[in-house]
Amino acid sequence: MHALAQHEGASAGSVANVSEVMQAIAEHKGCGTSGGSGKASCGSAAGQGDLPTEIWEKVKNHPCYSEEAHHHYARMHVAVAPACNIQCNYCNRKYDCANESRPGVVSEKLTPEQAAKKVLAVASTIPQMTVLGIAGPGDPLANPEKTFKTFELISKTAPDIKLCLSTNGLTLPDHVDTIAGFNVDHVTITINMVDPEIGAKIYPWVFWKHKRYTGVEAAKLLTDRQLLGLEMLTERGILCKVNSVMIPGINDKHLVEVNKAVKSRGAFLHNIMPLISAPEHGTVFGLTGQRGPTAQELKALQDSCEGEMNMMRHCRQCRADAVGLLGEDRSAEFTTDKIMAMEVNYDLDSRKAYQAMVEEERVAKVAAKQEELTTLAGEQSDIKLLVAVATKGSGLINEHFGHAKEFQVYELSTAGAKFVGHRRVDLYCQGGYGDEDSLETVIRAINDCHAVFVAKIGGCPKGDLQKAGIDPVDQYAHEFIEKSAIAWFKAYLDKVNSGEIEHVERGDAEIRQGALITAA
Amino acid sequence: MALKIIASQCTSCSACEPECPNVAIREKNGTFVIDPKKCTECIGHFDAPQCTAVCPVDDTCVIDTSYPRYQAPA
Repeated sequence: MHALAQHEGASAGSVANVSEVMQAIAEHKGCGTSGGSGKASCGSAAGQGDLPTEIWEKVKNHPCYSEEAHHHYARMHVAVAPACNIQCNYCNRKYDCANESRPGVVSEKLTPEQAAKKVLAVASTIPQMTVLGIAGPGDPLANPEKTFKTFELISKTAPDIKLCLSTNGLTLPDHVDTIAGFNVDHVTITINMVDPEIGAKIYPWVFWKHKRYTGVEAAKLLTDRQLLGLEMLTERGILCKVNSVMIPGINDKHLVEVNKAVKSRGAFLHNIMPLISAPEHGTVFGLTGQRGPTAQELKALQDSCEGEMNMMRHCRQCRADAVGLLGEDRSAEFTTDKIMAMEVNYDLDSRKAYQAMVEEERVAKVAAKQEELTTLAGEQSDIKLLVAVATKGSGLINEHFGHAKEFQVYELSTAGAKFVGHRRVDLYCQGGYGDEDSLETVIRAINDCHAVFVAKIGGCPKGDLQKAGIDPVDQYAHEFIEKSAIAWFKAYLDKVNSGEIEHVERGDAEIRQGALITAA
Repeated sequence: MALKIIASQCTSCSACEPECPNVAIREKNGTFVIDPKKCTECIGHFDAPQCTAVCPVDDTCVIDTSYPRYQAPA
């Protein structure tokens, strides 16, 4: 607020800038200032108003901090930080399968020097890769020397790449100044509770100053350090995202309190993620049969927190060595053997040129959506529904139904199209589909959607989807997602109004849990 | 007079290495090992062996019974 007030007061010319920035911020959240403005679903008005230009500059190319950016920009994690200083009941460090995608899992550890080489190799191959994160597989700040050495090497060789890290927060207060010194402007803290009694059910122990603490004492220590670290970061102008794992029956209701606590300490974004828990992961929760939330339970919690602050709904809960757009994982292309054999040609100019092209595409997409939104201007309807989209990125409907590893989910209403999540449909770790009919799993994953938008679909699945009450839509192949979804929704409303069809609510959907289905 | 690391359980996370007050832990063939000549079971340094306290896998850093228990110098 303070920074913005200064900005507005600077000169008459800057006023235009402010409105541009406001528009840009609104787009970043997936809602235009025309149409859905003022709605809680577009993030709180205070949240938009508080964002000065320099913050927009920080998030606009960061796929994790901007939903809009994640269709266009890629990130990578380097697994230089194997050690951890706490134990979580949803984590098992022994588990590593190359086909399993979840935090805490990697296929190989890297030294800081190998990591720096890998970053250059990826940056040369994927010019839209803008962010380098260190997320483990342990805790980056339990490995401060390796983490900061990696940042040092990369900031020298690839200065255009944003640095970020993701931590449990236990030692965060000790490292805030070093983090600021490396110009790390994005830090994620995983905060699952602010009540130590609840924490004791999630964390069996923490290791702090040469001693293992357990129970409520451990959780109290952890929450105090997390919140202190968060305050110290936001005081320094570092953007903070808070990740929370939603564990039904343990912290699901409590996360509303967590949301308030982190909001009041200046967190920029809150990412509530579903618990990943399957017996074969060997985690405590996996073995006790603790279930994860359904798609509706997750969305309801995210919706209830959204009035307070920006919610992240596009998190793919990726591995600590993930590479690529959030919905894809290209880490297998960049194993240490392959990197060492790779000819690396890090060309800043061609990266910039490519990113300029991406920006043009992005602007065109936003303009198309704005134009389509005007067609909804006069509509009066309370209907809100979900649609699934098969996409390979760039904000286009450009994936075949049968090839989709995930579907992006948009909520449609007269306010427009809003990204509200994604559903994984690939089947990991099972060497084929086994007895499971893969179409059945897809239908279960998008069962809460009224339609699925695809570039192409075969006759057989088309019929089965229709039988399940999901409309397969291929008429918008290779067009912009939001523009197409709005056009389809307008036609849907027209049909409802004319009595041609009746609007019915859909049921709940299932969040995929890796190999859970085969084990069940 | 020492602890040992059960290699089949070690995740090679390296958490124990910097915690050892005796610099007795190093990486060997993909997992970590404790030099029994240097290990003092953390007696005189801390209340509990640090490798055991920080290890993410239970019962992985354990007393090596093939050695007599460490006796602090008088």
